[in-house]
Amino acid sequence: MANKDVPRRDFLKGAGVAVPLAATALAGGLASCAEETTTAAAPAAAPEPMLTLTATEAAFLSACYDTIIPADDLSPSGTDCGLVTYIDRQLAGAWGGGARMYRSGPFLQTKPEYGYQLPLSPREYFAAGIAATNAWTTKTYGKEFDRLEPTQRAEALTQMEQGKAEFAGIESKIFFDAVLQSAMEGFFADPIYGGNRNKASWRMVGYPGLPATWAAKAEEYRGKKVSIEPQSIADFS
Amino acid sequence: MATKMKSVDAVLVGMGWTGSIMARELTKAGLTVVGLERGANRSPKEDFALPGIRDELKYRLRHQLMLDTATETLTMRHMPNETAAPMRRWGAFPMGDGVGGAGTHWNGVTWRTLPSELVLKTHLTERYGRNAIPADLTIQDFGVTYDELEPHFDRFEKLCGTSGKAGNLKGQFQEGGNPFEGARSDEYPTKPLIMSQAGLIFTEAAKKVGMHPFPTPSSNVSTAYTNPEGQTLGACQYCGHCEYFGCESNSKASPNICLMPVLNADPKFELRANSYVKNLVYDRQAKKVTGVIYINRQTGEEIEQPADMVVLCAYPFNNVSLLLSAGIGVPYDPNSGKGVVGKNFCLQTMSNVQLFVEQEINPFIGTGANPASVDDFQGDNFDHAGLGFFGGGYLYPSMSGGRPIQVRATPPGTPRWGSEWKKATTDWYNHNFAISAHGTSYAWRTNYLDLDPTYKDAIGRPLVRMTFNYSENDRKMSVFLTDRVMEVARAANAKILGNPNPRTGNFDNISGQSSHHTGGAIMGTDPSTSVVNRYLQNWEASNLFVMGGAVFPQNPGYNPTGLLAALAYWSAQAITTQYLKAPGPMMQA
Repeated sequence: MANKDVPRRDFLKGAGVAVPLAATALAGGLASCAEETTTAAAPAAAPEPMLTLTATEAAFLSACYDTIIPADDLSPSGTDCGLVTYIDRQLAGAWGGGARMYRSGPFLQTKPEYGYQLPLSPREYFAAGIAATNAWTTKTYGKEFDRLEPTQRAEALTQMEQGKAEFAGIESKIFFDAVLQSAMEGFFADPIYGGNRNKASWRMVGYPGLPATWAAKAEEYRGKKVSIEPQSIADFS
Repeated sequence: MATKMKSVDAVLVGMGWTGSIMARELTKAGLTVVGLERGANRSPKEDFALPGIRDELKYRLRHQLMLDTATETLTMRHMPNETAAPMRRWGAFPMGDGVGGAGTHWNGVTWRTLPSELVLKTHLTERYGRNAIPADLTIQDFGVTYDELEPHFDRFEKLCGTSGKAGNLKGQFQEGGNPFEGARSDEYPTKPLIMSQAGLIFTEAAKKVGMHPFPTPSSNVSTAYTNPEGQTLGACQYCGHCEYFGCESNSKASPNICLMPVLNADPKFELRANSYVKNLVYDRQAKKVTGVIYINRQTGEEIEQPADMVVLCAYPFNNVSLLLSAGIGVPYDPNSGKGVVGKNFCLQTMSNVQLFVEQEINPFIGTGANPASVDDFQGDNFDHAGLGFFGGGYLYPSMSGGRPIQVRATPPGTPRWGSEWKKATTDWYNHNFAISAHGTSYAWRTNYLDLDPTYKDAIGRPLVRMTFNYSENDRKMSVFLTDRVMEVARAANAKILGNPNPRTGNFDNISGQSSHHTGGAIMGTDPSTSVVNRYLQNWEASNLFVMGGAVFPQNPGYNPTGLLAALAYWSAQAITTQYLKAPGPMMQA
């Protein structure tokens, strides 16, 4: 996706490839997982359908997630791990719609320590943040974010992270934190949510997932490396 | 017009630890009891089952078991002259919800408290002189002593099957226990949990610097245990999904498994879940609360439940809110220092440092309760002369599960994303843990609760307004305590140490602070400085009792559950042995 001539929607084709890999792992093809996770994405079939994200939004988030979690020998890229699917489902669902969030006014401009105070639901906030970022990169680099070169993307995200990117309406640093948080959730959450495909992040760090019990092993494993196949909710269901 | 129910002997507002303890004690005394719970009923078998309960995103990040802030939250501000803003999502802490309350999602750390903490003002005055206590440090005595509470601490530990090692058995020092604790009448019901690698590193390092580590008392029980109520807990499975989660192996003591099965089988008790109490019915002339008005959250119906006795067993914020909206007791005024309702709201003063070590930590093999603690710098266990603050806390290695969305520290200077971040995360995930300080939060004149003038909950009641910031006293205490953390950390031969974070900045709703809230309806022996007397009976309405952390005049440096449960048993004993014989004030004002 570094190639600026590639149309932005093509990220969706690459993303689809991880699905059969995950299916293989769940079916018990465990021995081959290590090689599969590090295999570059092959050309895939159909683009993945989105529940709520527009093509522009999906391309933006794909580019963010691949910068935050680049493909290397430790894991596939954020997009190939399913992070765009993850955030699409989250934003389309109850959380994205503002569930479990107090949404009555007045809406104060107050101390940052008091936390999020905007009237926007997470779905609306991501829409506003993506539009604001694209407007800023267009002004600064002449292009929308997903069309930037990888080094420019990293530079743009760094500017946002440090609060140096001046957005209209929302604060770039806080929006960056929201995108980063969503990346970490999608990367490390149980694969049931659409990210962490093939338990890529759990394999990366050595998190074994959710075995039912360690009581019998708590002493035996103490201070020793535990190398076991990670198991997710789907593996127990 | 509310539908009026048949009167009962006692109605309880909230069915967490104190509600279920009080329900059990009152029904045993022959009373008919209705327990009203705002949230849903929960059964461990259905609601805490594998594999779904091991879902970090759902329970830890999206707060599935917690109070829904869309319906009810708090407003916050640092100082009384500011405009408060609502906590639109949980950031600093969540609040529990549903049957079991915070006792469902707690970590199971079960402390008694130091004898000196219960008589704090007297103790500090005697040791350091009256002039040593600053005017804004509005600390008080609890009005009850450790010796009076000892049998009740013991009862709660036996209810939970608490695992631990005594340090002081009937005045005799016990090797391997906490040498600073008050005298215990009995050992812990079950032996300590298996010590984790982080626990071993901490224990060795603490000993090296002359401190006295011991296994943390834990109600994640080490072996199967049947409590005096006939309820059986399973052995802890070290699954690393404790705090914020329900326990699928029934090894974390909770109201749901320790008491609710007995209550549900008792015809004298009726549980009404999804029942949100909006008001106390107060007869100002008779000085009696004649019942409560609640909303059935499934039908929207408004219902009046009359009762001879009302016990507030909800979370501190809700207990204070009900007192304020009923106009029972004089609201606290932070300028004059007069008034009592809402006074002395406290939190907990936390800090830590991350250790990056050679050893394999296996953070995913963990219990809710931290494996070990030292109490050398708790409360007034050390000389405060010339230090410029009071209070302290216990130190512990914090590692209760390696759930990776949140538990994946990297050394200082590591970027938060990109290939370098991935490499550091991979290198250090299994090689780090934190040593933390769990510090006192001592009452300060400007920290209090009242009702917000602007923001309302889903049924139109004012939100509770929390005016709180870390006080000058607690900031100095935190700097001192964090230095002690660093002493242990430096003795642990870590390859890299993180940056310590004493609480010197403002309280915020962005990062986790602490979910231990106390005060607002404090206990004491003088009605001009407390809301309830030493038996947790309201000074004004003698048939009204208040339970929970709300009654603590200030928060000792311990997780509050052990103390608030012991106080519930203490109050229940006074009610059943004294009050019921001659209902009326148990202490004269």
